[in-house]
Amino acid sequence: MKANDKPKAIKQKFSWQLMFKQRYLLLMSVPFVIWLIIFKYVPLWGWTMAFQDVRPKTFAVPVWERDFVGFGNFSKAFTDRLFKQTMINTIGTSILGILLGTVCAIIFALMLNEIRFVKFKKVTQTISYLPHFVSWVVIASIAKMVLNDGGMLDTLFNTRMKLMSTNSPVFWVVVCFINVWKEMGWDAIVYLSAMAGIDAGLYEAAKVDGAGRLKRIWHITLPGIKPTIVVLLIMSIGSTLNVGMERQMLLSNGIVQDHAMVLSWFSYLRGIGNSNYGVGTAIGMFQSLVGIALLLIANKIAGLLGESKLI
Amino acid sequence: MNRTKIRSRENILDWVLLVVFIVLIIITLYPFLNVLAISFNDPIDTMRNINFVIPRQFTLSNYVYIFEENNLISPLILSIVKTVVGAATGVICTAMLAYVLSRKDFYFNKVFTLLFVVTMYVSGGLIPEYLLLMRTLGLGNNFLVYILPGLIWVYNVILVRSFIEGLPIALQEAARVDGANDFIIWARIILPLCKPVLATVALFVAVGQWNSFMDTYLYAKELPTLQYVLYEIMETATIKIDPHAAEQMKNAVSPLSVRMAITIVATVPIIIVYPFLQKYFVGGMTVGAVKD
Repeated sequence: MKANDKPKAIKQKFSWQLMFKQRYLLLMSVPFVIWLIIFKYVPLWGWTMAFQDVRPKTFAVPVWERDFVGFGNFSKAFTDRLFKQTMINTIGTSILGILLGTVCAIIFALMLNEIRFVKFKKVTQTISYLPHFVSWVVIASIAKMVLNDGGMLDTLFNTRMKLMSTNSPVFWVVVCFINVWKEMGWDAIVYLSAMAGIDAGLYEAAKVDGAGRLKRIWHITLPGIKPTIVVLLIMSIGSTLNVGMERQMLLSNGIVQDHAMVLSWFSYLRGIGNSNYGVGTAIGMFQSLVGIALLLIANKIAGLLGESKLI
Repeated sequence: MNRTKIRSRENILDWVLLVVFIVLIIITLYPFLNVLAISFNDPIDTMRNINFVIPRQFTLSNYVYIFEENNLISPLILSIVKTVVGAATGVICTAMLAYVLSRKDFYFNKVFTLLFVVTMYVSGGLIPEYLLLMRTLGLGNNFLVYILPGLIWVYNVILVRSFIEGLPIALQEAARVDGANDFIIWARIILPLCKPVLATVALFVAVGQWNSFMDTYLYAKELPTLQYVLYEIMETATIKIDPHAAEQMKNAVSPLSVRMAITIVATVPIIIVYPFLQKYFVGGMTVGAVKD
């Protein structure tokens, strides 16, 4: 029998006999479904809070007895004095991160794919994964040592670059470069495996036709990984607003805070910091819904351009 | 003649790449080596210049300080317990669920799969989750808050499920003929065969648990893990130094040296583990990328 000879999905009628026959399967899955409902679906139901006035003292009150405020929480969030700058930061950091991250990962993957010293390639790759597995707290601790005023980089070049103490979009760039330093090697894996799937015959044919290595990269490798690039881009466009609060919080400091604040952090600040659960939930819900909308739009555009689609 | 010229020009690319890679390796490793060197260097000497990769005046005083005065033992133990318990429960639960979802003859297969996959795309967000854990379930400052919410990662379930679907179905059928029930088939046949993919899952979960900091920050500040202690030290910048303790230790302690020592303690387990399991996780990641 072949390894991937799986049974097809069978249409079955519900019967207690069948349930009894599959009792072990039920026992092995129902507890996890209950877990799923409690930990994933109950928070989704929590979205109702976005339309209510929920504070610590009204939290224990049943849903239907809370004050219904319609879109009041949303308008409160959108008119917040921090909202505009937060949106700009989120989008700025995100787009810069996507562009820089994608380009660097692709270039790194291309270089790994080209180099002929096999042992050396493996060593480089292994080392490049290292920062991916290190926590953001550790990365922040190292980054602050390296980039702070009078830190390693400043002493090395005997200058004052003020990388971590300039309250301007410079902070976005710094964050994105730290992110590239951490994730480049790991992100390159997907592109490398896509390159491994390219037909070797194409390279041979190009060689016969006299195409040099750079030409082969441009005309064979890059078009070969285009579908992968498109799919990953669609996914990252879908998460444009989901800049993680953890990274921003850890890397920022009082001086650059204005340019470090992003939506998820803002939601935490208003929701838990100021104990206005309704507003906090509204911000989170806005972030989620815009994310899904962006994903669908990016997917649609990719389809219109004749590229491979995600969904 | 012309041919060889082209050939040699093409080989130059290899050497260019070699140089670029060496630079990249230095950029990646230098900060880590620098941190390591500072953590083993005399704190006062460190203040002179922080750029070095070999300790100029070797000392263990920073480590002695963090373990004796900074009480790093209990956060360290908590981090280890959290990592081990999280990975063990995660692997068992993921494997069990993945097996059930790989069974196309299971009546609820489609419904359950859909329920799980949906949560990969939509989540309630931070505030509802926070309120659920802290207020509804009352898990604040409870060890369970580290394990329960992240018990299963749907991505891992899909990974293991595709692996199980790739196994020959005849094995299961033979066992069934011999009278084994579904649980026995899972425990005796599927589980041993899934070792490579389960190693990947264990690594993912263990690294995630070891590295996580937000869970402590949000839900369990009274149960500090190593990462959280490092965060606190980074935030306060200057540590409260007991003057008598400092006097006894002969060497003064500087915040930077102490921070770097804790950074190393928080990093070392990762560095030890990851090269060994490399082949598993890269394999696991590409399986996930190709299927589903």
